[in-house]
Amino acid sequence: MTTSPTLNFDTDWSYAPAPETAPVELADAYGLFINGEFTDAKAGKTFGTVNPATEKRLATVAEAGDADVDAAVTAAQTAYDKVWSKMPAADRGKYLFRIARLIQERAREFAVLESMDGGKPIRESRDVDIPLVAAHFFYYAGWADKLDYAFPGPRKPSPVGVCGQVIPWNFPLLMAAWKLAPALACGNTVVLKPAETTPLTALKLAELLRDAELPPGVVNILPGAGATGAAIVNHPGVKKVAFTGSTDVGKAIARSLAKTDKRFTLELGGKAANLVFADAAIDQAVEGIVNGIFFNQGHVCCAGSRLFVEESIHDELIAKLQDRMKTLIVGDPLDKNTDIGAINSRPQLEKIEHYLKLGQEEGAEMWQPETPVPARGFFCKPTLFLNCAQSSSVVQDEIFGPVLAVQTFRTFGEAMTKANNTPYGLSGGVWTDKGAKVFKATSKVRAGVVWANTFNKFDPSSPFGGYKESGVGREGGLHGLKEYCSLN
Amino acid sequence: MPMPETVSIPPSPPVDQVGIHERAARFASRSIKKEAKVQALKLTLSMIDLTTLTGADSPGKVKQLCTKAKHLADPDLPGCDDLPHVAAVCVYPTMVPVAKKELDGTGIHLAAVATGFPTGQYPLPVRLEDTRRAVEAGADEIDMVISRGRFLAGDLNYVFDEIAQTKEACGEAHLKVILETGELSTYDNVRRASDLAMHAGADFIKTSTGTVSPAATPEVTLVMLQAIADFHRATGKVIGMKPAGGIKTSKQAIHYLVMLRETLGQQWLHPDRFRFGASSLANDVLMQIVKQASGNYQSGDYFSLD
Amino acid sequence: MKPDTDTIVDTSTDTHASPRLAVAKTYKLYLGGKFPRTESGRYYKLFSGGGDSGEVLANVCLGSRKDFRNAVVAARAAQPGWASASAFLKSQILYRVAEMLEGRASQFAAELVSMGLEPEAARAEVTTAIDRLVHFAGWADKYQQVFSAVNPVASSHFNFTILEPTGVVAVIAPEASPLAGLVSALVPVIVGGNTAVVIASHARPLSAITLAEVLHTSDVPGGVVNLITGDKAELLPHVGTHMDVNAVVYADDDRDQLAALREAAADNLKRVVQRGGVDWLGDDANDPYTILATQEVKTTWHPIGV
Repeated sequence: MTTSPTLNFDTDWSYAPAPETAPVELADAYGLFINGEFTDAKAGKTFGTVNPATEKRLATVAEAGDADVDAAVTAAQTAYDKVWSKMPAADRGKYLFRIARLIQERAREFAVLESMDGGKPIRESRDVDIPLVAAHFFYYAGWADKLDYAFPGPRKPSPVGVCGQVIPWNFPLLMAAWKLAPALACGNTVVLKPAETTPLTALKLAELLRDAELPPGVVNILPGAGATGAAIVNHPGVKKVAFTGSTDVGKAIARSLAKTDKRFTLELGGKAANLVFADAAIDQAVEGIVNGIFFNQGHVCCAGSRLFVEESIHDELIAKLQDRMKTLIVGDPLDKNTDIGAINSRPQLEKIEHYLKLGQEEGAEMWQPETPVPARGFFCKPTLFLNCAQSSSVVQDEIFGPVLAVQTFRTFGEAMTKANNTPYGLSGGVWTDKGAKVFKATSKVRAGVVWANTFNKFDPSSPFGGYKESGVGREGGLHGLKEYCSLN
Repeated sequence: MPMPETVSIPPSPPVDQVGIHERAARFASRSIKKEAKVQALKLTLSMIDLTTLTGADSPGKVKQLCTKAKHLADPDLPGCDDLPHVAAVCVYPTMVPVAKKELDGTGIHLAAVATGFPTGQYPLPVRLEDTRRAVEAGADEIDMVISRGRFLAGDLNYVFDEIAQTKEACGEAHLKVILETGELSTYDNVRRASDLAMHAGADFIKTSTGTVSPAATPEVTLVMLQAIADFHRATGKVIGMKPAGGIKTSKQAIHYLVMLRETLGQQWLHPDRFRFGASSLANDVLMQIVKQASGNYQSGDYFSLD
Repeated sequence: MKPDTDTIVDTSTDTHASPRLAVAKTYKLYLGGKFPRTESGRYYKLFSGGGDSGEVLANVCLGSRKDFRNAVVAARAAQPGWASASAFLKSQILYRVAEMLEGRASQFAAELVSMGLEPEAARAEVTTAIDRLVHFAGWADKYQQVFSAVNPVASSHFNFTILEPTGVVAVIAPEASPLAGLVSALVPVIVGGNTAVVIASHARPLSAITLAEVLHTSDVPGGVVNLITGDKAELLPHVGTHMDVNAVVYADDDRDQLAALREAAADNLKRVVQRGGVDWLGDDANDPYTILATQEVKTTWHPIGV
């Protein structure tokens, strides 16, 4: 076999550093946001949050304990009883519109801080995360005074009460928006815990909520780790729990709520199949594969981490994919040209590296481009595992990193069987130019979001959530609204 | 009788419009600063086919254009002491002798539009004769147009043959095949026409004549670059690309180069492989070069309009 | 001719001669379209009038963990076919179930009376069950329209949200309402394309098995509904922990049982639908939101382009 001609992406012309320079006002220490005020934790505990690209401490943050959770739930209940659930719905909407506008006005600052605290490329925080945050508030703002039209039937919606919300570190502010906007639109009040590695944009949001003159106690933000989250989930005053995070923690929450009638929604892990048929628009499929797994360093629950390629185009597709991966820029999250930023934390980097080792030990062939990677900070090159078997750990387990496991298929039936052969069911991708096949395949994939000839698209009007062990309930759109209302 | 597509070139992959637009937009989000920008600006200058293609073109006008091609800017201006010359001057066949005289010995190529530019709606023998005469008069590059009507009617054999015959008529001259993508309606057609042109012997594929809107767009250029990449992977041949029309600013040009770099790589970052068909682009690039060197924003009053 | 539900044909005597020996029915399980005995060979005595002693009405199968396993296998096998049956067909089949139930109304009423219900209550159970079936038969081709959505996303994509069945659903029937309650809990599950494994009322199990006979003769494909009689305390832990069950509808009223089920269900994040405290004879049980409870919401994106 002769080697086919290759393209050379090691070019004489490359891009100079293009750092985003918008200033961020960052305090040295942040407190808990309870009843409209920043306060220290009652037990005085704090933790540091670092920039994963530099490993330098950004700020010290108060860590909420049980007493703080109790104070926050009390504040939320008071705000619910006295103000928020009583307020004319149109006024609730106006507050949310106001929040959306303020986020747009300060978008660049939030984007920079998101990239600093979490490691994601500024291109994404600027073009995806923060615009979607504002869009989410806009979308649900409009629902506030239209809830009577949202749910067919004679029963009328009413709010649930105090909602306890626990969010992850991969889309810190966006997940806060996904949780807060529908909850508030429906007349609920909230106690929200950001992730311990990425608390800063949520705390900046707290400042913004105060600027928006949101009544005290309507939103309370309590940084902390797992114990803080558990205290919120299990607080008897919390009527509804919304969690985004790992499947293990999701199951633990479901268990801990078994004796209660608390409602809960869970957005959990995934191991999405991205299926490329031989008749696909191949270059766009390559781009979709890249967006599917390398977006946000692969720290995406719906990442397309399992690639299934029809065998007849495998070599061609992989060659194209490898060429594309050679052009991905790994590095400073604040550089506007960075495609893959920093891995969120050292433990997460160690987890990914564990799988890189394991995948090779199990016999899969690992490939990475010769992309330079910064010496300091937590970074991982975009990685392919070729010749994987369905039983490979890199196929089975959610790695939550820029690691793609590649397998082949020969028939439609085989593709569907393998795609669905997983306990997860959050998302999937289908690439084919044939319309009828699109609808057949998207209906066969057992997942809550299926992207056909695209991947990793999000919109506030579009419901999101998983089948099977990927979660319970939906966020976004009309279906996400229902989770925050009771019909009576 | 409708003509079936009997041309025996490999099938072309489908192109998804939305996907192409998203990818093209991502190139435009690259931020090119400082020395990388200066390098890109100079590369852009070296890739320009300085063009005049109007009914009012006269020997005097073409002479002025050739002078501009040779002396882009006052070398005393900041950053302008070692500017490259443009890649080519592009004119109608009647203007070739004038331009030939002006450009001899400069290293600047002389391109002539031919084959019944811009519509191609002439008998093929006339169009081939047009080509031969332009080459005889001194053009070393021919920018031909394909018969879009025939292409849209499904007569791909005709288009294949007209390209192959024009290539033959070119002799040593390089052939750029203008697809007139603004008339091809879909990216699938652009892709098919690109493949057809390359298989038929094109040295370059080119988007537009400049007389049809839209002319060059990043999206259509991307489709064509991907076709070139696939042709290279399949045959080892290196086909050039020329977006033409509508590229007026340095920022646009730089984003085309970003697209080129990330789609085709090192081998194509060269005037032999990539051209901009443009008339007003050069001065904007020059203003940017001076701005980069001096730190001050520039005025068009200080750059000659030819 | 319409049968009268009040008419109970007395088969204990023959008009011609000596008393006729009655033929007693053996109540078995309903698994995969067949009526096997429990693999465990165990049974419990059901006494006439629902008491603790007296005349034995039936030796009812004491279903085992393995029976449940077999039921889930049958339900899983039947699920894709049932889900892909057209909404119209599902509607027709469920209406057929109502027809067949109507035809056997007197038998059901008598059976309920034999288990201790007052005749009036028994009649209400039967008529409600029939009407419930008719009501939900009509939802089969409507709930999707009422509860799905086309979402106006900001990008150039067609985005729509539809409902799909969760998969295999265990239905824990209420003790209190052995027919109407069972039907009301079961029908929303299967109308949505799920297949079901029913754990019948322990105290009044006969209606469930007789209902299985009705389902069996109504073109409900084998495996769509599977029915087990037995001890809930014994079976429910296995229901909760079975990894191939996607959801549980708990329609009984034991809070501890529900909590234990929820806790075990977390192993594979079964959706646990609490339907306790329902007036099974009332119109509230017609709620189409009960269909949604065992549906998954799927959102599909597709580019809009040429």
